[in-house]
Amino acid sequence: MSASRRPNQLFRNLTAKIAAIPMILTASVVFVGGTAWTAIYSFTDSGLLPRGEFVGLKQYDRLWASNKWLISIENLFIYGVCTLVLSLVIGFVLAALLDQRIRFENTFRTIFLYPFALSFIVTGLVWQWLLNPQFGIQHVVRSMGWESFTFDPLYNPEIVIYGILIAGVWQGTGLVMCLMLAGLRGIDEDIWKAARIDGIPMWKTYLFIVIPMMRPVFITALVIIATGIVRVYDLVVAQTGGGPGIASEVPAKYVYDAMFLSQNLGQGFAASTMMLLAVIIVIVPWAYLEYGGKKRHV
Amino acid sequence: MANVSVKDLDLNFGEIKVLQNLNIDVGEGEFLVLLGSSGCGKSTLLNCIAGLLDISDGQIFIGDRNVTWEQPKDRGIGMVFQSYALYPQMTVEGNLAFGLKNARMSKDEIKKRIARAAEFLQIEPLLGRKPAQLSGGQRQRVAIGRALVRDVDVFLFDEPLSNLDAKLRAELRVEIKRLHQQLENTTMIYVTHDQIEAMTLADRIAIMRGGSIQQLAAPNTIYNKPVNKYVAGFIGSPSINFIDGEVRFNSDPVFVAGDTKIDVARYEFTGNGPKPGPVTFGIRPEHIFLERGGEDEPFTAEVEVDVVEPMGADTLVWSHMGGNELRFRVDGQTSLSKGDRVTIGFDPARASIFDAETELRL
Amino acid sequence: MSSTGAINIAGVSADASAEDLVGPRGARPRRALSRRNIMLYGTLFVIAVYYILPLYVMIVTSLKGMPEIRLGNIFAPPVEITFEPWVKAWSSACTGLNCEGLSRGFWNSVRITIPSIVLSIAIASVNGYALANWRFKGANLFFTILIVGAFIPYQVMLYPLVIILREMGLYGSLTGLVLVHAVFGMPILTLLFRNYFTSVPEELFKAARVDGAGFWGIYFKIMLPMSLPIFVVAMIIQVTGIWNDFLFGVVYTRPEYYPMTVQLNNIVNSVQGVKEYNVNMAATIITGLVPLIVYFASGKLFVRGIAAGAVKG
Repeated sequence: MSASRRPNQLFRNLTAKIAAIPMILTASVVFVGGTAWTAIYSFTDSGLLPRGEFVGLKQYDRLWASNKWLISIENLFIYGVCTLVLSLVIGFVLAALLDQRIRFENTFRTIFLYPFALSFIVTGLVWQWLLNPQFGIQHVVRSMGWESFTFDPLYNPEIVIYGILIAGVWQGTGLVMCLMLAGLRGIDEDIWKAARIDGIPMWKTYLFIVIPMMRPVFITALVIIATGIVRVYDLVVAQTGGGPGIASEVPAKYVYDAMFLSQNLGQGFAASTMMLLAVIIVIVPWAYLEYGGKKRHV
Repeated sequence: MANVSVKDLDLNFGEIKVLQNLNIDVGEGEFLVLLGSSGCGKSTLLNCIAGLLDISDGQIFIGDRNVTWEQPKDRGIGMVFQSYALYPQMTVEGNLAFGLKNARMSKDEIKKRIARAAEFLQIEPLLGRKPAQLSGGQRQRVAIGRALVRDVDVFLFDEPLSNLDAKLRAELRVEIKRLHQQLENTTMIYVTHDQIEAMTLADRIAIMRGGSIQQLAAPNTIYNKPVNKYVAGFIGSPSINFIDGEVRFNSDPVFVAGDTKIDVARYEFTGNGPKPGPVTFGIRPEHIFLERGGEDEPFTAEVEVDVVEPMGADTLVWSHMGGNELRFRVDGQTSLSKGDRVTIGFDPARASIFDAETELRL
Repeated sequence: MSSTGAINIAGVSADASAEDLVGPRGARPRRALSRRNIMLYGTLFVIAVYYILPLYVMIVTSLKGMPEIRLGNIFAPPVEITFEPWVKAWSSACTGLNCEGLSRGFWNSVRITIPSIVLSIAIASVNGYALANWRFKGANLFFTILIVGAFIPYQVMLYPLVIILREMGLYGSLTGLVLVHAVFGMPILTLLFRNYFTSVPEELFKAARVDGAGFWGIYFKIMLPMSLPIFVVAMIIQVTGIWNDFLFGVVYTRPEYYPMTVQLNNIVNSVQGVKEYNVNMAATIITGLVPLIVYFASGKLFVRGIAAGAVKG
């Protein structure tokens, strides 16, 4: 090992750079390149194949004039708001219940989390069966004597999105619970002791001390849930196929249908660009608060 | 009326006995320090007194009132924690007020108490800040303030200075002592693993090990007359020298280790006086002196210097005697070096002798 | 809390009569059936039923014959247990004209999942290692893009990847789909490995450098052997993620290569023929079985995978 043979800076980094080529390609070609490509081609009149004829905002005009898209957006909004609220509330309550030094904590946690291991397809099909008016919950309640009981969300265009919501919350709350439980366990034991010495009731301690301390956990959970909501696709495909009619369409499905079923690539590009925009609206303020804010303190 | 009594206290977690048969009486206005290494049960005992842990057996009295089943808030105590445990989303003022508001105290009274505590602790300029904007020392002052506004007779401290750096620790230590002097009738129970804190603050120290109390006495007694080998070794820095040997009788009792013979006739043996048999002889490094020709100590010996550690104010010298290591302190300016032969001397009456088997003081 | 207070008073008087002036002693009396416990366990039990019910109904339905399903109650246990629906779901359920059952989808999924896991973990662990220990200029930029990319809806990148795969001649093949999984698994796995390798004491890495080990030497001889748990966590994330995927399967493969989820959906939601709910449920369980087994077998590690996904940066 003579000094002259010592590899110089450039050569030493070369191995690492070569090893990182897949990452560099993925980041630059697929993530940046692909996103930019889609955004650019959303201004063309691509049909069966992508074509380079720019038509300005025409695709977006058509998109926002489409009834199917408007229903998709409305559904996504209802589904999104309800999922956010329900999973945060239920997830936190479950975590708080599990945090009471209860017996069988592991059993309960295992039960609450297992749906998260299942695919949306499986989730959607199970709930399709449970909500089947002919055989499912409605049938069971009616056969117990309550003849007028009606619970058929998957066959009622007015409330079909809530039927999907039930399945989505069932599948996803376990994750939120796990995040919240980790957050609760991370809180200094002494805070609880101090609150007990001060004579603060448990619910007040949670509300005024613990939840404010868990702000970062809530934000992380919110971002994870929100990005999941925008992507929701398989669940709808399995549970309703977008029906009845187009009552349970969602944007991700609109994109797929436009691109691969109706040979209308331009619409698909425009719709997916709108989805990207929605995510940016969620992510940018969060990234600014989390990372921009931190830098200012340091 | 703020004496604290712990009677026959046991605490078990399932099969594990964490605290066993503890009895402590703390007088009104007394400053008691619970001292021990980590895992000895000192913090656990404090949590039991506070009511944060349910005890398995025994009783706890605060101010002659049986509080064994009382909730922490009803015990008339304030508590200060190692991690400060301030409510991070509230201002300092909010932290001080939260417990009081919750007890439905009038706004005027809350204001009065906060003003008094803030003045006392000199945290008035900090009242509008959040804990994250405070230094460690300031945070701990606020934490003390939170106990102060509760206007209680008993303060419990759970390693309050352990998260601070050495300089701040020394400053706040004095402040806690001052606090205790000013709040005349307030009883304080203070948990620490730092023997300097214990020695400087305590009226009495309880040394704990393995869930039981080894010795409960004034700091001086613990330092000079430790009841067993563990306490002797735990207190004092640099720690005490132990020399293994045996006690023999000619006419007077003599401690023998190898070639070394130490006359222990003037040593105050406990109980029935000296018995022959194997013992451990303990002598503190600061009780050993370099002989300067005068030879005025009752026992002298010539030893060889192995290692010299100058520490500024004084110098620690490592040597050996009777097959055991022997450390002693000399003046910081002495110019000893390895291999030097020096004559040292000490008074065996200041030593501690322990039974080799039971490790109890003889 | 308030209920224990009430019991205290009763306890004091009862004790006081027995042992005068001594008062309460030992632990606070607690009733196993306090109001708090009833509320707590009651709530947990009800919610647990909501969570278990679908799994239960799935299993019960799959073991019944069609006549029993038409007459009975979906919650009732089967009167006569039959495994025929399982056999049919596995070997002869139809999607359109194809009546091979789920088995083909299962084997497709296996052929997709295993190489995808190996490839994505190999790439991501090397990435994470390079990012944690061999920081080179621009590395953080690409890493940031990767993490931001994890939040971008897949739909945006769907078609560009179709073009890329078509140019490579891999569109519609299993290899193409494996590549896609490696690409989209990269953000979370790279983050996982980077965070793990960052937590390894740097002294260890430096000591190895001093001893003359290079990039690959340190990776294979030091990092790899000491990070097996994190590889298991990565595997759990990937097995469940890839097995459960639907979108990429349906976009990037031809029907003969469709993974199990796609085939399951096609079987159950096929509009032709009489609906055989028992076969559908059997097929659904079979599809969910692999991730469920991974979940129940992995226990705490599964949770750790979730936590890893949640801790950003």
